Amino acid sequence: MTTAPDTTSYDAHFKVWRGDVDGGGLEDFTVEVNEGEVVLDIIHRLQATQAPDLAVRWNCKAGKCGSCSAEINGRPRLLCMTRMSVFDRDETLTVTPLRAFPVVRDLVTDVGFNYEKARQVPAFVPPQDLGPGEYRMQQEDVGRSQEFRKCIECFLCQDTCHVVRDHEENKTAFAGPRFLMRVAELDMHPLDAAEETGLDRKSTAQEEHGLGYCNITKCCTEVCPEHIKITDNALIPLKERAADRKYDPLVWLGNKIRRRTS
Amino acid sequence: MAHVERQQWDVVIVGAGGAGLRAAIEAREQGLRTAVICKSLFGKAHTVMAEGGIAASMGNVNEGDNWQVHFRDTMRGGKFLNQWRMAELHAREAPDRVWELETWGALFDRTPDGRISQRNFGGHEYPRLAHVGDRTGLELIRTLQQKVVSLQQEDFQESGDYEARIKVFQECTVTQVLKEDDRVSGVFCYERESGRFFVLESPAVVLATGGIGKSFKVTSNSWEYTGDGHALALLAGASLINMEFVQFHPTGMVWPPSVKGILVTESVRGDGGVLRNSEGKRFMFDYVPDVFKEKYAESEQEADGWYEDPDSNRRPPELLPRDEVARAINAEVKAGRGSPHGGVFLDVSTRMPAETIKRRLPSMHHQFRELADVDITAEPMEVGPTCHYVMGGVDVDSDTAAARGVPGLFAAGEVAGGMHGSNRLGGNSLSDLLVFGRRAGLHAAEYARGHADERPRVGDAQIDAAAAEALRPFGVGSAPEEERAREPEAAENPYTVHQDLQRSMNELVGIIRREEEMSEALERLAELRERARRAKVEGHRQFNPGWHLALDLRNMLLVSECVARAALNRTESRGGHTRDDHPEMDREWRRANLVCTLAATAPEPPGAGSEAAAEAGTETGAGRAGRIALRRREMPPIRKDLLELFEKEELIKYLTDEELTSE
Repeated sequence: MTTAPDTTSYDAHFKVWRGDVDGGGLEDFTVEVNEGEVVLDIIHRLQATQAPDLAVRWNCKAGKCGSCSAEINGRPRLLCMTRMSVFDRDETLTVTPLRAFPVVRDLVTDVGFNYEKARQVPAFVPPQDLGPGEYRMQQEDVGRSQEFRKCIECFLCQDTCHVVRDHEENKTAFAGPRFLMRVAELDMHPLDAAEETGLDRKSTAQEEHGLGYCNITKCCTEVCPEHIKITDNALIPLKERAADRKYDPLVWLGNKIRRRTS
Repeated sequence: MAHVERQQWDVVIVGAGGAGLRAAIEAREQGLRTAVICKSLFGKAHTVMAEGGIAASMGNVNEGDNWQVHFRDTMRGGKFLNQWRMAELHAREAPDRVWELETWGALFDRTPDGRISQRNFGGHEYPRLAHVGDRTGLELIRTLQQKVVSLQQEDFQESGDYEARIKVFQECTVTQVLKEDDRVSGVFCYERESGRFFVLESPAVVLATGGIGKSFKVTSNSWEYTGDGHALALLAGASLINMEFVQFHPTGMVWPPSVKGILVTESVRGDGGVLRNSEGKRFMFDYVPDVFKEKYAESEQEADGWYEDPDSNRRPPELLPRDEVARAINAEVKAGRGSPHGGVFLDVSTRMPAETIKRRLPSMHHQFRELADVDITAEPMEVGPTCHYVMGGVDVDSDTAAARGVPGLFAAGEVAGGMHGSNRLGGNSLSDLLVFGRRAGLHAAEYARGHADERPRVGDAQIDAAAAEALRPFGVGSAPEEERAREPEAAENPYTVHQDLQRSMNELVGIIRREEEMSEALERLAELRERARRAKVEGHRQFNPGWHLALDLRNMLLVSECVARAALNRTESRGGHTRDDHPEMDREWRRANLVCTLAATAPEPPGAGSEAAAEAGTETGAGRAGRIALRRREMPPIRKDLLELFEKEELIKYLTDEELTSE
């Protein structure tokens, strides 16, 4: 009853990139696949039976932690959420490390870029007049930022974004979709008091985090395993607001006055 | 001697999940230089997998809630074996810990009047769990992570260095807690990326390493859960208590095989989901134990009425504590009334509209659609028990989280024992992490400050020994004489040893236990220990998972032996410990903690038992002596004002006559 019939098992062909900073290449493997398995299961089988030192990051194997990011046939994906059944049985699967980041070993890359960018986004500013337990917010007001807080930091969007994917030189000026979305999340937080401290998150998105580089091709949204509408709900509104701030003197004046009277 | 880099820190936190990060924030806010060391990337810890919520009696949804009610529920859930002082502190402090998260930017789901929403959960009398859909753990870890970053930003403003006072050593593993003159002096670590060794010297070390689930085949736990902190504590001379109590979450996925064990959140039942067997029957009504009879509905009608009107109806039996539900599912499957893939049915599709399901249980909807081709808005899920949590852990002082017997060592979160007694209630884990993470950070900081002028210096010999142990899987360590004699024996594949360990624990020390099987488990563990010693790895030290696993095996084998030995010794059934051969709960056992320590290193002759045997009086002397000694210890009596929170009729079910009349 619980054992899968033999017909559901088959041998698959894999090409897995192996190497380190000094270089490497694709290695061929033939490996067993069983019903219901995901690509990470196959990588684990390779470790257990053919390549014990094959390096791969993973944690939860349930699509919640965002550790096992890699590229399958050139497409950025989570290894644990990619079912083998979406591929033809005679198709050769090519698994490579994330292209936008320097390789450490095999499928593991140095994702330090993302942690640097995270530090450059000023943190949530708690309102001075509210103590713990006194926060009141409506569900519809927190909902927008909550969508962005679904992010599991798999960095697939950072990997696929054409601004940095093949343009190392843009990395200094560009925070990437994940961290522009973080700016949007804080900007839309109903109680964030950044403005009171003189921090205008909208204009920093443009001026300090490179929002202008984004030309809304939506590649980030397409690869997001959490199906967050990064472009439509975070980046475009941020662009619109940043534009308002920048070019519309009335908006600018209105904001000045409102802030003073509050 | 190889050159090993040393750094000096005031407090070292091992683990960057909820407890570790909360401890780190506290130690840093006390002004101490704090290092956090974690096996994964920063922000990926197992806490992200927590789904349902954080239990805290804020009373936002039902004003009847308060810390006393939460305390009562926690004690009942743990079948009164909890360290009552921990349960008290936890219930009192949890609301403050949740509210504090909001000031750090957390965005919980809201009530209509704008406060933090709270949901129902098993064993909790009122809606109590602060939550964000079914991804509460992610919100918790991200909030703490971002708080750490904000502290780093402050330090950067001040000193130009983000890592001046709080640094995360990510993808690094601790293999030894170091000691000088019986006091903690630091930790020995390797960096996964390079395989390089380093030492963090520190007078105070907080263990926050989580649990042990990777010793079992079917588990909801990630690869990190190899019992590192439990083993590090044992090896440093600390004790573990309550190791026989392992929580099997009632609802894990059962199909397809590759996802077997992945968690299905209890929120499914908290929000109205029901369990049915293959005959379509809501079987939980048949499994309400006597101690809970008055509190649970007897008919479907009453149970369904409770969601809308909890004052005039009793709660549905699907919301019994986890140990009860897991045993019931196990019994139904065994009786031939299981689902096609060996579980039972968990259904929300007939209980609420599709849109509500997608809003309230988004990750479950996503998980089943992506991994099992099941649309939970249209059909039931198949679920069965999965190893989820260990109640046992480091024997700590309730107030300070200090490990007993090892000055400078602290433990918080899942790696600490006592708080949850014999069974943890859902939602009490995240609050535990925050309450005791903070306390561990605070008291570790105080301890470190008190020892600022007499920092222990780590000796070279210790470092050399730790390095040799870590290098052994490459075949270059210094093996003792008797092992060298065995060297011609075949090298073992660490992956195979691990799989054999998982199968043994799952089959022999699993959800239902018997004496013969546990004795056999101890035999097998002894064999596995031999095999693990011969584990050999290929390749070099850079990011080599085979090597990492070979080192983790030591820890898994130690904690597995603790579980098996304690489970064999406790001849009753209680919470997360169910004996087929001793099915009743025994009031005499209520006050007993089984305490595990490392046995004397000299191998004892077979059958000699240990110090444990004599004291416990019931040791079966199962085969070869292991590495663990076991003794029985009485718990302190529950404080009078806390006992008075319960009705006498209820206490009679748990406490001995002597305890009841001793006041």
